[in-house]
Parts: sequence; structure tokens; C-alpha cells
Amino acid sequence: MSLLAQSRAVFLKDLLLAARGGSRLSGVLFFATMTLLLFSFATEPDPESMRRHAAGYLWLALLLSSLLSLGESFRAEVEDEALEGLRLLPVDPRALFYGKALSNTLFLVGLSLVLLPLSLGLFGAEVKSSPGLLLAFLLLGTAGLAAPGSLYAAMTSRARGQDLLLPLLLFPLVVPVLIASVKGTGLCFSADPMDQRGALLQVLTVFDLIYWSVCGLLFGKVIEE
Amino acid sequence: MAATCPALEATNLARGYGDRWAVSGINLRLATGRSLLLAGPNGSGKTTLLRLLATTLQPNEGRLQVLGKNPTDDAMAARRPIALLTHRTQLYNELTALENLEVSARLLGLKPDKQRSTALLERVGLSGRGQHRARTFSAGMRKRLAFARILLQDPQIVLLDEPYGQLDPSGFGFVDKLVEELRRQGKTLVLSTHLLDRAAPTLDSGLILKGGRMAWVGPARDLPAAYAHETHP
Repeated sequence: MSLLAQSRAVFLKDLLLAARGGSRLSGVLFFATMTLLLFSFATEPDPESMRRHAAGYLWLALLLSSLLSLGESFRAEVEDEALEGLRLLPVDPRALFYGKALSNTLFLVGLSLVLLPLSLGLFGAEVKSSPGLLLAFLLLGTAGLAAPGSLYAAMTSRARGQDLLLPLLLFPLVVPVLIASVKGTGLCFSADPMDQRGALLQVLTVFDLIYWSVCGLLFGKVIEE
Repeated sequence: MAATCPALEATNLARGYGDRWAVSGINLRLATGRSLLLAGPNGSGKTTLLRLLATTLQPNEGRLQVLGKNPTDDAMAARRPIALLTHRTQLYNELTALENLEVSARLLGLKPDKQRSTALLERVGLSGRGQHRARTFSAGMRKRLAFARILLQDPQIVLLDEPYGQLDPSGFGFVDKLVEELRRQGKTLVLSTHLLDRAAPTLDSGLILKGGRMAWVGPARDLPAAYAHETHP
């Protein structure tokens, strides 16, 4: 069975689990919405300042919410030691990673598409680039969070203090992705006189390639006892 | 080559937690198609040893070979022929019984087949429960579902940790029948239980663990008497 077919099987399993765990979806969505609302309350009521920082608040809400969704995505694997069962099936550990990271990316992309109109409304921003370009920033940015996030969520899933460990490990690693995503999304909300969007997309693509390949290789070591 | 290799061969296997050895000095050789009854008081290291043999736990010392393959060289290849049933059933609680089997089938590279899965559920005494979520099952039913997954996997080496645990009397009969069937099929079997009189007559050899070390080795039929002697000298 090829790596692709195995990854697809893991991805479908995770989609099924996500569909069954309705509380995970609604819980993360509620948390993300509340975070955006709190940012809007905490900001000075200056329309220009709010507009300028809309992309930053959107990505911070996504980053904080990703902690919940990434942790939840591994709860089902450790609850009854299902992960040990998976390890005993002839499944390539990289397939476990790619299936899991892909489903986490899909979840975060979906979440970002829900949060986008909300943040546009709350902070008075508007999309000035093509929707495809904005979608590319959301996709590449969330993929850059999901890959190391899936690796670290697996690493901390059986550890005491998982909720503390995951952000401690994840946040420093995703700083470059976060900066490029905030900057790129911000330029989609405004003019781009220096024509930086393309370069930022390239930066995100490079980081994604590094994260997805390195994390895929390390995942096997991480899930071993 | 692999056919002449023992199914499981452990040499001086040891595993510790912190500064305590859970098992140490384990030397065993189990030929293909043979069966081993594993006994010992609570905390004697039975589950740790089974996990080491399943290769899901790495030894701190010693060496393990599964059908001639070293798990440290290629864990996937070494694990391929092994199935392990533990106290935890390794199921997805939010999925139905049928979905749990279908997920395993896909990952095993088999085509999802509802008829095959339904037949397996019937075989383990879960007819009519296919659409019920694993979360709604009793502990005994969950164990039966875990057995169905092992049957789907069709492994060469079956490791059963307390297979009678949480089952009702009809479940005991089911496990006895299953063990007999696996033996007839030439599977290599390691079974850990406290129901020694029940398991001993059907298995080949026996091993008693005490404090993580091998305290007795011999024919399985002699194990109940040896166990009484070892634990209440």
C-alpha cells in the first residue's frame, strides 16, 4: 500500500472522527470567535488602527485556536491507546503524520474562512487583493501551523501538562510563518505598493516545505515509546 | 529463511521505568506455531513483556527478533505479523463497531467490505451492534470488538494480555474457542492470564514472572502447580 493511499486512509479516519466530535468543532469555533471579539474590545477605537491590525488579530485568533484543535485531534488517539493499535498495523509513520497534518490543515482553513468575514466586520477591513491570493495566504499559513503543530501535539499527547507544553514548543517554531502570514494577509487588506505579496508567498512555501518534510521524517521517532 | 526462524526470540531483554526494572533478564525462544502461557502476580511485568514482544515498547537492554527481523532495524517489517490485545482496546470510541473495523481494514490495505465486517462482529458475539458507537459498549463488548479487529488483521503472532478480563462466562468460552482456532491455524500465541487452570491445558509452554524476572519455565500443563509453589512457597 503506497504512502499516499495510507495517508488518505488516515485522513479519512480523522475526518470521520472530526465529524463525530461535533463538540470539538463548536468549541474551537466559539473560542476563536470570543478571542476575536476580545481583541476588538481591547483595541483603541481608532478605525485606521483597527483596520491596520485586522490581519494580526485574525492570525492570533487562529494560532490560539489551533492549540485547542491540535490537542483535540490527538485525544482520540490516546484515549484508549488507539495510537498503539495504529503502530501495530503495517502503516508508515509518515502516513500517520501526513493524514493527521492534512486533516488539521483542513480544519484550520475552514476555521479561517469562518473567522475572515468576522474579522473584516469587527475591524472594518476589506479585501483589496484577489480572493485567490488571500486564500493562498490562509492555506499556506495554516499548513505552516498544522505541520509542526501535529508533530508537537503527538509528542505532548501522552505527557503530563500537555496544555502547557504544546504552546511552549509550538510558538517559537511558527514565528516565521506567523510573521509572513500576518504581513501577507495585511497586504491583501490594503494596497501593496512594494509588491511584496509574491515574496511572502514564497517565504511561506519554503517554510511549509521544510516543516512538512522534516516533521514527516521525525514523526516516527515521536510516536515511538 | 524466515520460516526456520523462531517467531519470537528475546535475548536478555530488559525494560525499566525510572530507576526500577519492570522486566529484566528475559530469555525466550518461541517457535512458529507454538504457544506460551505467561503468568505472574500483579506487577510482575507481564504487560511490559507483552509490549516488548509486540515491539511497541523499546527495551533498555537486550535484543528481540520477530521472525528473524530486528525491530530496531525495521520496526514496520517486524511489527507486520503481530497483533496485541491489551487491557486498553485501542478502539476509537466515537466510531461505530463497523467503522472501527473499516478504518483498520483500510489501513491494512484491504477494501472496506461491510459483509466481512458484519460477519466478524457476528463471530465475536456482537451481531446487530455494528451501528452502535464503541463508547456505548460495555467493557466486555469492547473487548469482543478488539478481538474482531485482531481476526481482521489475521496476524502470524497473537499476543493476548488478560483476554478473559471483563468477559462474561459465554465470553470465556468464546476466548477458549478462539485460542483453539488460532492454534489450529498455526499462529504463534502468547497469552497472559490469571485463569491458569483454564488456559494451561490448551497451550504448549509456560513462563512465570516474578518481580520482572523469569521465575519458572516449563510445560504449560505444569504451570498451575508451579505457580502455587512459586507464589506461596
